[in-house]
Amino acid sequence: MLAAEASDTVQGALELSSGFFLENLWLVAIIPAIGFALIMGFGKKLPNGGSEIGLASMAASLVVATGAAWQWMARVDSGDAAGEEALGLVQTFGRSVPRASEGGEAAPFIEPVVNTWVWWQNSGLEFGIGSFADGLSVLLLWLVAFISLLVQIFSLDYVRDDRRYTQFFGALTLFSAGMLVMVMSENMVQLILGWEIMGLCSFMLIGHWWEDKYNSHSALKAFFTVRVGDIGLLVGTAVIFFSSNQWAQDNLDSNGFNIPAIQAWALSGAWAIPGSGYGSTIALVVGASALFIACIGKSGQFPLHTWLPDAMAGPTPVSSLLHSSTMVVAGVFLVARIYPVFWEGFNIANGGLSFIAIIGGITIIIAALLAFVQDDIKKVLAYSTVSQLGYMMVGLGTGAWLPAVFHVFTHAFFKCCLFLCAGSISHSGSHHSFDMKKDMGGLRKHMPVTFAAWCVSTLALTGVIPFAGFWSKDEIIDNVGANGYTFLFWTGLVGAALTAMYMTRATYLTFFGEARGAAAGHHGDHDEEHDLTIEEHEPELATVGGPLAGIDAEGGTPKSLGAAANAHAGTDHDDDAHGDDHHDDHGPHESGKLITVPIVILAVLALFSGFANPTPLAGDALGFNLGEGVEVLKKYVEPRAVQVAIYSGDDHAGDSADDHSEAGSATVVEAGGPGESVGLVAAGALGADDGGESAKKVGCGRSTPAEGSVCYFPAVSHAVPTLGKILLALAVVAIGYALAISFCLAFYKRRDPRLVGLTERNKFANAGYKFLVNKYYLDHLYEKIIVVGVRGPLAKAAYWTNQNVLDGTVNAVGEGGKRTGEWIYNNIDQKVVDGAVNASGTVASETGHGLQSVQSGKINQYGALIFGAAALGAIALVIINLG
Amino acid sequence: MLAANFLLLAAVLFCIGVFGVIARRNAVMVLMSIELILNAVNLNLVAFALMNNDVDGQVFALFVIAIAAAEVGVGLGMVLLVYRNRRSISLDELSELKG
Repeated sequence: MLAAEASDTVQGALELSSGFFLENLWLVAIIPAIGFALIMGFGKKLPNGGSEIGLASMAASLVVATGAAWQWMARVDSGDAAGEEALGLVQTFGRSVPRASEGGEAAPFIEPVVNTWVWWQNSGLEFGIGSFADGLSVLLLWLVAFISLLVQIFSLDYVRDDRRYTQFFGALTLFSAGMLVMVMSENMVQLILGWEIMGLCSFMLIGHWWEDKYNSHSALKAFFTVRVGDIGLLVGTAVIFFSSNQWAQDNLDSNGFNIPAIQAWALSGAWAIPGSGYGSTIALVVGASALFIACIGKSGQFPLHTWLPDAMAGPTPVSSLLHSSTMVVAGVFLVARIYPVFWEGFNIANGGLSFIAIIGGITIIIAALLAFVQDDIKKVLAYSTVSQLGYMMVGLGTGAWLPAVFHVFTHAFFKCCLFLCAGSISHSGSHHSFDMKKDMGGLRKHMPVTFAAWCVSTLALTGVIPFAGFWSKDEIIDNVGANGYTFLFWTGLVGAALTAMYMTRATYLTFFGEARGAAAGHHGDHDEEHDLTIEEHEPELATVGGPLAGIDAEGGTPKSLGAAANAHAGTDHDDDAHGDDHHDDHGPHESGKLITVPIVILAVLALFSGFANPTPLAGDALGFNLGEGVEVLKKYVEPRAVQVAIYSGDDHAGDSADDHSEAGSATVVEAGGPGESVGLVAAGALGADDGGESAKKVGCGRSTPAEGSVCYFPAVSHAVPTLGKILLALAVVAIGYALAISFCLAFYKRRDPRLVGLTERNKFANAGYKFLVNKYYLDHLYEKIIVVGVRGPLAKAAYWTNQNVLDGTVNAVGEGGKRTGEWIYNNIDQKVVDGAVNASGTVASETGHGLQSVQSGKINQYGALIFGAAALGAIALVIINLG
Repeated sequence: MLAANFLLLAAVLFCIGVFGVIARRNAVMVLMSIELILNAVNLNLVAFALMNNDVDGQVFALFVIAIAAAEVGVGLGMVLLVYRNRRSISLDELSELKG
């Protein structure tokens, strides 16, 4: 390090700032983990049932995450400032390098802040657990902590007096801890750890009200379906490890689990050289495919998306936190995190039609179509989530890395808000029903705040300017088109139109038209009729089993079991307990502050979060050019595709810097700071003559990095938005809205005879409707054909093996064992062992009797014996010595 | 020889002590006899230290004295308790440990 600092004065160093929060990023995850332990240990004894610990831990986590985000931005700024000075030197050597401030790609690579603790090592292989702070992880850490906090606030009211209130908050907090561990993971093993914690929490929370058979079935379905994909995660991690480990050890003094090492290995091109021992092309493709299968499972991509709509059986806060905004983007995060593997494995650089893009494109359309036939408002949103995840995957699969990550960011806000609105509606408007056709309608008058937030989020989701979804989704579509994927470009646009249509339908059915069922105040008997309704009732209603009508009629309100068990003074307010408002509050009304405040915060973010990276505003597309400075995420989140001189850890920074100068490589900038050092190599991307067209052919991810340097991120291209494309996208959305609104008015309001009953009259429409209602028969395929097909023969074979092979062996072994045992009993046990034991007993007994007389209990006699013995000993000694 | 006198005296003291331990019935007298034995040993230690011109033996004797004091303290305490319970300190009656 000293050597590197000494070189500062000569070559201009890249000093990177750091800070407490970046260096101690592990605090973000450890606080909720401790919170979980405290909730499970002491939660029940606390006045608020442990929810206060959950809220406090999430708030503390959010503070740390915010601090880390702030310090990361300072770090990028410091790196850019130092990098420009350093790159100025490059220019004096006759190379033309566009500065970052001039829109060039020459901004320096900002080294992530990595802290690792080794928790297990074996034969030179170290498994670490630690924190990895770069733009992507800091962004998602902040997002997860923020959304978790808001959802927990929402849950305070939503699940109040729930039977398993404490466990609910415990599981939510554990989920946040798991997600944070995964997001900050520094190696693949840690990533798997966080990934599995999330899967477990998802299972627990979907089945929170497991007394209802449907809920526990849904939880199992979600768990098993995701597990199918998780096998891909294990296989992919193993394949990548065995391919990259040798390279990582030779070049980076690291191993094949380390995420930066995997990134660098994939971009090094070393796997393409046969016989190098650094993996092979096939291994890379297999590893990338296996890892993407894990993402298919976790992020609900076709064909494993079927678990996500059923996961709506969980309480609404769970749906909004896990199954729309955070957990399901884990797959997107995994692809974004080790993007070079997919970039190289699927040949995205050269416009290859990747596995990721195909799956994402299919997912967009099929999920959007399914959303049309759902009566359950949460299922509409669930299919919408699946569809939006498809957009993210298409973005990643076609090289639009930043727009996809940006869409993760904005989608979290507006989709979480939509789910919380649905929760608010069921809580206060539709009497715990989620059935839009039976129990909703006309709610806009009764729930103005929820309605306003829903509208803002819907506009954001459908991509109407200037709401958040416009900036992110249109950027994805635009980049997909600009990267040469014309078919996917149109797929994205069709998906956008479909989104506008199904959201219009949901909005109309929920908030407009005439009030139906519970929304009109009738809810005496609905939970006997609707299966959907019962899933949102507290378990006590299901277990007590009495028809609600009966309880209602009594007026005097026997408090339900769970409510009675959990009720405590000081929590009552107008619309708190589920158990109470069955009887006190007839008819829909607005939810309380604890529910509306998180919704409003999220709605505001759904409106404004798009301005985190408004690419069209950075150019001339919309008429006013605000400059590159508005693209905050591009500057701070997207890693720079710069070749970085290899250095091997902090301790050897100086040494390796020396090595490179000795090796005569093209190192022009060597940098050292307190604890970290980054060197830039003026080759490849930096050496490009004009930084424009030719930069696309060379550079990270497009050509092999220069000797002695590595890349951590491929040089993705960014589309330049044009007014024409923006207008096209907006027009498509407008057409979608227009069609959907006219259809809704015709079908639901006027009951147009040409449309009503169309599915009965028209064979084609009927077939399509049935196909959608049965969800493309995928569940039939999985449950009836694959599961039964595997289970039947497998069970028979297992039974035959069991009866004939295993039982035969076991019987033979048993019989032989019995015979041997009998012989041993008769001969060895009875005669030898027992004889020895008896004999030793007898000897001990006789000896005891013999010595009994000595134990007189008289101390004088003891003294005499001692001294007599001593005297005899003394005499013996004297005789021996004399003799 | 000077040392022989010390050793003879010590041997005499030791024998008196042993006799006391074996022959006396009174617990206090037994404790006193033990003191005699210990002091006989101390005398030996000091005598040998003098003989070898080495201070170690004397230091050792000091330790023995200190430990003897503690031992007598414990012993007398026990005797006192035995007396309170039984109104007697005759060792013949204390044969509960008879095998």
